[in-house]
Amino acid sequence: MGYIAVKGGQPAIEASIERLKFERLRSGRSVEVAAIEAGMRSLVEQVMSEGSLYAESVAALALKQAEGSPEEAVFILRAFRSTLQRSYYSRTIEPESMRVERRISSCFKDIPGGQLLGASADYSHRLIDPTLRTEDDASARAFVDDYLGRSFEPLRPPVLPKVRDILAADGLLRGFPPNDATPDDVTKEGLEFPTSRSGRLQVLTRGQTGAVTALGYAALRGYGAIHPTVAELRFGHLPVYVAGSQAESGDPDDDYYVGSIRATDVETAIPVQVPDDRGGNRIEFEIGYGFCFGRNETKAIAMSLLDFCLERKDERYPTHDEEFVLMHIDSVEATGFISHLKLPHYVTFQSNLDSARAAKGARR
Amino acid sequence: MKSFYNYAFFDEGSKREIRRAALKAVALPGYQVPFASREMPIARGWGTGGLQLTLSLIGRSDVLKVIDQGSDDSVNAVSIRAFIRGTTGVEVTEDASAATIIQSRHRIPETPLREGQIIVLQVPLPEPLRLFEPSEYKTKRLHAEKDYSGAYLVLFEEIQRYGRVSTGADHPVEVHGRYVMAPSPIPRFDNPKLDKNPALVLLGAGREKKIYAVPPYTEVRSLDFEDRPFRVEDFGDAVCGLCGASAVYLDELVDGETGARTWRCNDTSHCASRRAARSEGRASHAG
Repeated sequence: MGYIAVKGGQPAIEASIERLKFERLRSGRSVEVAAIEAGMRSLVEQVMSEGSLYAESVAALALKQAEGSPEEAVFILRAFRSTLQRSYYSRTIEPESMRVERRISSCFKDIPGGQLLGASADYSHRLIDPTLRTEDDASARAFVDDYLGRSFEPLRPPVLPKVRDILAADGLLRGFPPNDATPDDVTKEGLEFPTSRSGRLQVLTRGQTGAVTALGYAALRGYGAIHPTVAELRFGHLPVYVAGSQAESGDPDDDYYVGSIRATDVETAIPVQVPDDRGGNRIEFEIGYGFCFGRNETKAIAMSLLDFCLERKDERYPTHDEEFVLMHIDSVEATGFISHLKLPHYVTFQSNLDSARAAKGARR
Repeated sequence: MKSFYNYAFFDEGSKREIRRAALKAVALPGYQVPFASREMPIARGWGTGGLQLTLSLIGRSDVLKVIDQGSDDSVNAVSIRAFIRGTTGVEVTEDASAATIIQSRHRIPETPLREGQIIVLQVPLPEPLRLFEPSEYKTKRLHAEKDYSGAYLVLFEEIQRYGRVSTGADHPVEVHGRYVMAPSPIPRFDNPKLDKNPALVLLGAGREKKIYAVPPYTEVRSLDFEDRPFRVEDFGDAVCGLCGASAVYLDELVDGETGARTWRCNDTSHCASRRAARSEGRASHAG
């Protein structure tokens, strides 16, 4: 009878949940939330990005509860988010205001402010490091003291202009009028098709890292009409302000600074053909935009590709179809619906059986 | 957990937003109202649409029943009931006639519903035209134009292929002569119960972010053709092996050792109350 209708479902469930706790703790060691927050930053930030909630300690707590499973942690974080009253919307955050820790361009060698590699695994060899087995807090502190003693750490990372401006100055960037419309919030109003760009960007930035990467990769590899170059990828801290009590004045001096977020911001330059005034075509560039909480460069670049794909419809490719992309990249939705196949389907299957048997009879 | 969260889990603003969508759904029977579906502590596809409706509606004096595929004791029914109870403290019951709100996955109880009751159905795929047209943008237009040839085409092709309509559960219905609606994967057996039902039927699809409704006493017709009338599942002359009921939806059980086939009521609380009434009757007869 499987796990149905027999009386006693409740004790079985309780036992299963207790067993889950046992499996989490069976080694006899409890991982500290602070250790997750300090040492698993990438994972914490991925969970905040997919969970659509910037709260490092809550994300770390969710990861502890989920035994490190990103999909479970995102699920927990989103459910928690559902209970939070929305008190404020922040002022518009301009990525130009980012205190930059890393910033590279694949378009130009020389950019105002320079290429800033920052910390990155991109240039390392991915050889597993056996010495980390014996690393402890004392050796970590010793390294940090030594590092700070011999290197210059700027108190405040630099604020740098956008590489995009170079393209614009050369007249190569396709111009669009600024759009200052209030962005849609897909968590307050359901997504309706055709979508607005703000709605699309919000769904993309909340998307599951693997799903966004896979679809961006498909668009790049052949299932999309796109030939991008990374104009600029930057990572750093963005200040967040909310309007002060004299909000009506609109004076930024009345705003409150509520903190900063770590974020990745990507602009890819994508060549497009535009008709010129002599009856021919010329090449200009459009920008695909990617942004996510924390440090997740692959996701942000993939998002910038998908942003462009969805702006420029192309019926040949599913990566240019907004329903195909936007309806299938959310972690909570995808994992939820896949996992619901584990629920009992006795009634529906019985109904299928009835139809199958009757059809067999009708054919005879 | 009880004090950490608000009554019925959500903040009050969220509950109000969900109720607004439900009111619109009642005003437009069978029309799928988009809403900003919240993430829940249970998984998408496990009844989050129904759960959001229930949480937005439930008051302290409500009495709740939760069923999953006909059973109050199925793992998911137990889990949802425990969650709602844990965040509201309302009274729960297995008795369909005692409940004011019944949240159900894939069944309408055998006990007839009455005025004043609300049945909340969990919906995995709210769009009845989705098999025919994958694009939401296009299906919305088909509904607006009342173009339901696609829904009939699917049924027609089944007749071509199998000699008869072969829908399992979730056989599409027309509501109030206007919208074609997915009744959620209730068996065809339950479709006729929707017609002019005295209770309010609310349907919630959390992952697909839609709420729709069948108000009390609304006409609901299962799609069919004149020469191929709609038919419910046929159990032949099988009766429930426990309570002897016929004309109810049955689960088919196969004995692992003998291979013998037996039948049981799918609606477990209906079956239990029939057996209780019978043994009571026998007791009073003996006395």
